[in-house]
Amino acid sequence: MKHARVAYAGAIHNAVESDGQLLLADGRRVAQDAVVWLPPLLPVLQARTILALGLNYADHAKELAFKAPDEPLVFVKGQASLIGHRALTHRPTGVKFMHYECELAVVIGKTAKRVKHDDAYDFIAGYTVANDYAIRDYLENWYRPNLRVKNRDTCTPLGPWLVDTTDITNPMALKLQTTVNGKVTQSGNTADMIFNVPFLIEYFSSFMTLQPGDLILTGTPDGVVDCQPGDVVVTEIEHVGALINTIDTL
Amino acid sequence: MTNRDLTYWPQGTVYGTLLNFKAERAAMAAQMTEPPYKSAPYAPVLFIKTANTFNASGGVVQVPAKVPDIEIGATFGMVIGTNNSAIQSNRAQAAPENIANWVAGFVLMNDLSIPHASFFRPPVKFKCLDGFLGFGSQMVSTELVGNPARFKLEVRINGVLKQSIDFSNLHRDALTLLNDVNEFMTLQAGDVLMLGTGAGRPLAKVGDRIDISAPSLPAFGTLSHTLVAEAS
Repeated sequence: MKHARVAYAGAIHNAVESDGQLLLADGRRVAQDAVVWLPPLLPVLQARTILALGLNYADHAKELAFKAPDEPLVFVKGQASLIGHRALTHRPTGVKFMHYECELAVVIGKTAKRVKHDDAYDFIAGYTVANDYAIRDYLENWYRPNLRVKNRDTCTPLGPWLVDTTDITNPMALKLQTTVNGKVTQSGNTADMIFNVPFLIEYFSSFMTLQPGDLILTGTPDGVVDCQPGDVVVTEIEHVGALINTIDTL
Repeated sequence: MTNRDLTYWPQGTVYGTLLNFKAERAAMAAQMTEPPYKSAPYAPVLFIKTANTFNASGGVVQVPAKVPDIEIGATFGMVIGTNNSAIQSNRAQAAPENIANWVAGFVLMNDLSIPHASFFRPPVKFKCLDGFLGFGSQMVSTELVGNPARFKLEVRINGVLKQSIDFSNLHRDALTLLNDVNEFMTLQAGDVLMLGTGAGRPLAKVGDRIDISAPSLPAFGTLSHTLVAEAS
């Protein structure tokens, strides 16, 4: 099943996909373009942990002139950087290079501490698509990638759907693709991750306890290009969804 | 309201700041222009303490078996208020002059780390272990304590004074830090921005008791934790 969280008629609703429409929890059916899409996550009681991987596809590491890391390169994002499907993401004025990153996002389903590789899938609630935008002009070599590059308001679209694990036969063999204004600019496959999803859950849970609703953004493959105001960026992952975003200026 | 109602627990995302004391920057100055850094940081150097690190005063901190020492990062957290419209409307413009427009109050914090010499990559495996953010039981309102430039902290290990920190020696004072962070991200009500930890951060080991207090500001109480060996 595909779950969504939307604003409609003055309130926030949980919904599921049904015959191309949204079936709200109260039984109403609405068109997908009749709602405001929120990140497909239920509220949590304290700050949501959002872990994001850098250089987790060998081709992308090469593209950015780094050798493949020998342990995960991970950074943390604040929940306030998330935004939903069909939203607007701000490009700062005067920057030269702002690029999308199409990423498989793992949503944790139960408390995970010292999870073993072979048990890792039991701790996943589902999958969604993240677009982890970066403003490369602001890169500095201090805790890189620094928050000014990666933790900006509106710069982490997430959605449209949270897809149940039972709907994804093998999360490590999903095609990824990004289009900008309809032209394919990035394509890859989750099979090419350097550190795959079970490895990441074992690694992180070895030193930090993850809670339901926490996120792991698993990195992006080769093919990032600059995006300008007005560009429509669609990051899509096979069986998970197509996340639409439009660039604007503040 | 009872004391229990006033017990503080972080409601939002907790952001930490590296290299925000003048002495800390001076100690790093020669390295800043060398690889991998290549230049001194321009924007505030930030990191996030994830929710698994939250550890109220009076608890224990579990130390992994392979880690001989833990670095103590005594600081104040600025708790962002609900009246933060001033922040949003002033993005990339002049900051409000009154810190009370942004900050609801201050909390003692202990930003614990596994010591690490390189600040090139984000410090998740050094700073985001379970229990690695101690915080005081009281948020003290900005109206009561005013500007943090006059704050001081003392760190004691097993009762012995190990570090004194004077918050008049910040690289970016509280308002400047808030404004420079706000240039690229909006702090939300309940989020916390830590002012940074001083140079010469003391180390502690299993069995040690850490007490952090603010002399002349008793309203903050004492932030205390004991280090214990991690259960296997």
